[in-house]
Amino acid sequence: MANDAHAHAQSPALRVQFDTETQQKDASTLGMWLFLVTEVMFFGGMFLVYTVYRHAYPGIFAIASSSLNVYIGAANTIVLLCSSFTMVLAVRAAQLGQRQAIILFLILTLVLGGVFLGVKAYEWNEKFQEHHIPGSSFHFEGMQPDEQAHAQLFFSLYFAMTGLHALHMVIGVGVLLFLIRQAQKGKYSAEYMTPVDIGGLYWHFVDIIWIFLYPLLYLIDRHLKG
Amino acid sequence: MITAAVPERENYLNYKYGIKSWLLTKDHKRIGLLYLFTVTLFFCLGGAFATMIRIELLTPQGNFVSSETYNKLFTMHGVAMIFFFLIPAIPATLGNFFLPMMIGARDLAFPRINLLSWYLLVIGGLFSLFAMLAGGVDTGWTFYTPYSTTYSNSWVIATALGIFISGFSSILTGLNFIVTVHRMRAPGMTWMRMPLFVWSHYATALIQVLGTPVIAVTIILLFCERVFHIGIFDPTLGGDPVLFQHMFWFYSHPAVYIMVLPAMGIVSELVSVFSRKPIFGYQFVAYASMAIAVLGFLVWGHHLFVATESVYSALVFSFLSYFVAIPSAIKVFNWTATLYKGSISFATPMLYAFGFIGLFTIGGLTGLFVAALGFDVHVTDTYFVVAHFHYIMVGGTIMAYLGGLHYWWPKITGRMYPEGWAKLSALIIFLGFNLTFFPQFILGYLGMPRRYHVYPDEFQVLHVLSTAGASVLAVGYLMPMVYFIWSLRYGKVASANPWGATGLEWQTPSPPPVHNFDVTPIVTHEAYDYSTVIGQEVEVG
Repeated sequence: MANDAHAHAQSPALRVQFDTETQQKDASTLGMWLFLVTEVMFFGGMFLVYTVYRHAYPGIFAIASSSLNVYIGAANTIVLLCSSFTMVLAVRAAQLGQRQAIILFLILTLVLGGVFLGVKAYEWNEKFQEHHIPGSSFHFEGMQPDEQAHAQLFFSLYFAMTGLHALHMVIGVGVLLFLIRQAQKGKYSAEYMTPVDIGGLYWHFVDIIWIFLYPLLYLIDRHLKG
Repeated sequence: MITAAVPERENYLNYKYGIKSWLLTKDHKRIGLLYLFTVTLFFCLGGAFATMIRIELLTPQGNFVSSETYNKLFTMHGVAMIFFFLIPAIPATLGNFFLPMMIGARDLAFPRINLLSWYLLVIGGLFSLFAMLAGGVDTGWTFYTPYSTTYSNSWVIATALGIFISGFSSILTGLNFIVTVHRMRAPGMTWMRMPLFVWSHYATALIQVLGTPVIAVTIILLFCERVFHIGIFDPTLGGDPVLFQHMFWFYSHPAVYIMVLPAMGIVSELVSVFSRKPIFGYQFVAYASMAIAVLGFLVWGHHLFVATESVYSALVFSFLSYFVAIPSAIKVFNWTATLYKGSISFATPMLYAFGFIGLFTIGGLTGLFVAALGFDVHVTDTYFVVAHFHYIMVGGTIMAYLGGLHYWWPKITGRMYPEGWAKLSALIIFLGFNLTFFPQFILGYLGMPRRYHVYPDEFQVLHVLSTAGASVLAVGYLMPMVYFIWSLRYGKVASANPWGATGLEWQTPSPPPVHNFDVTPIVTHEAYDYSTVIGQEVEVG
């Protein structure tokens, strides 16, 4: 106990339930990984539903998905991958204790995340104009009335999946803002940078979800369009 | 009443006072008590609904409530009991309180997240409570589509939202437990020295973390379909209602193990302490918990035997369901073997443990009946199934929960409960339980369907027996609520280790200090090594 008291006096970031900083960092990291596991199961449910219906109505889903703009989607994928890169640089800067670099790379990540969300908003707006929003005014050009319901199902899933992903991006933006603020206050150093580390894990996870969403929603069966 | 002139030793209960010191506490022990209070309220609520159900079923005619009201009653009974009592009951109260203490930690790894999960349960509970007060919900706790998404005229959204929010409470509790077990064990507390209570909570936490997100996403889709009328589960909109059933049971079957695994953990503790022997086959019991957690994810299809499932997948699911019986039986046999040549004391917690073993065995064996494809068709959606799962959840989980509450009550409060009253109530609960639910096996076998409030005259005798049993059961449940509260003031002051138990939680004063231990314990023995407590005074038994 005497050692504990000593360790706690030495490092203000060490919480009372932990004995050492290593233990605290290991616990936080494991906690984040477990949280990401729950996220995998969460999105996994969505992917399951999508797979079931894609399998049930392959033709209609192929036509409906071909109406998405593959180039905008690809551009947005690149934007997101770049944001992952800047996030890695931020974590690296934190490991080296370079405060200015942490802030710079976090802000870059934030900007790229904002660009992604902006492009997403533009895409959704297009869907509104094309009447591809599920609901009473839904209409997909050139499809039989009895197929409209299944085309609508594709767009229901499209909005549910990209919407849920965008919600995670918004939360990620909140996390980045928090990290930037804390970094400006000088909270992070080479000895203590756990929040930057696990914030990075979250950001990469959200990116990976998109890496799966993009081919599933935009690319499958595109050649059947004609 | 001033009982002592000397200042009381500082403990987690008296180091700070006031409502804020409770509602903003990060102490796992205080949070455990917040949960205890919350789940008890929901237990009373669910019990009230059950009372009305049993009163209605006294007579063959539907003359106490209308069909619509009856539908709401059994739905709200299920929702309150499953999502707001059984799932949080043991892990969030006793687990929260004792898991860190048993591994020699000062707190859970994430105390703030622990408090957050209590708030999530309360907020979720308030949503569901609002739905109940505003008019109720009538879909059954299973929320089967398309009735729940398209046709039901009741408060589906508010209830589902409440369950969705409380799900995150469960996820965060599980996450906290896993990290705590991995990273917070005291020096010398190896995996194979952990009490079996900790093992079973670790297994439970895995299910909470892996299963609950799936019900969360299922509820989101249900929500979208009901609010925006997009066709995901409703066949008239292009969806598939059976897909909902798959996703629902992918969580809700493992959820049964969220309810019963912690109960098994308690029983392992009780059987060992009150026969003063190490658990027979410790490693088998520990790994059996893990096996149940894993196998639990592979059996959901047995809820869909009559829901268009193909013969082949039904065969596989039936086979896998039988498989779960193996680790469950390992536990029952090992508890029994522990008793052999033990120095058995019949203290109240042990009576509950005996109750658990007997009733869980009946519940488990009838589980094999309903996992059999042919027999299941005969009893699907009958009272046989109702009796089966009440034997597991009431006869199993609640028995163990009460046993655990009695066992740890001296540690939690520093007071002993009155042993005579407690034994009497344990007996009343056991008799009342069997009188309530055993007739339901016969009713179901004879063809009484569940969820109906009008039935043929020849079933009345059995229904009257069941209602009579429920009244006895209610008396049995009320008694501990009274004498536990009574004991807070008038109970005998408890020593640090009144049972002569080996767990680390007994090596610190009752009630424990704020950070559990004055000195971080160093573990040198296996769990349940009674040579370490020889010579200590035992108060009861």
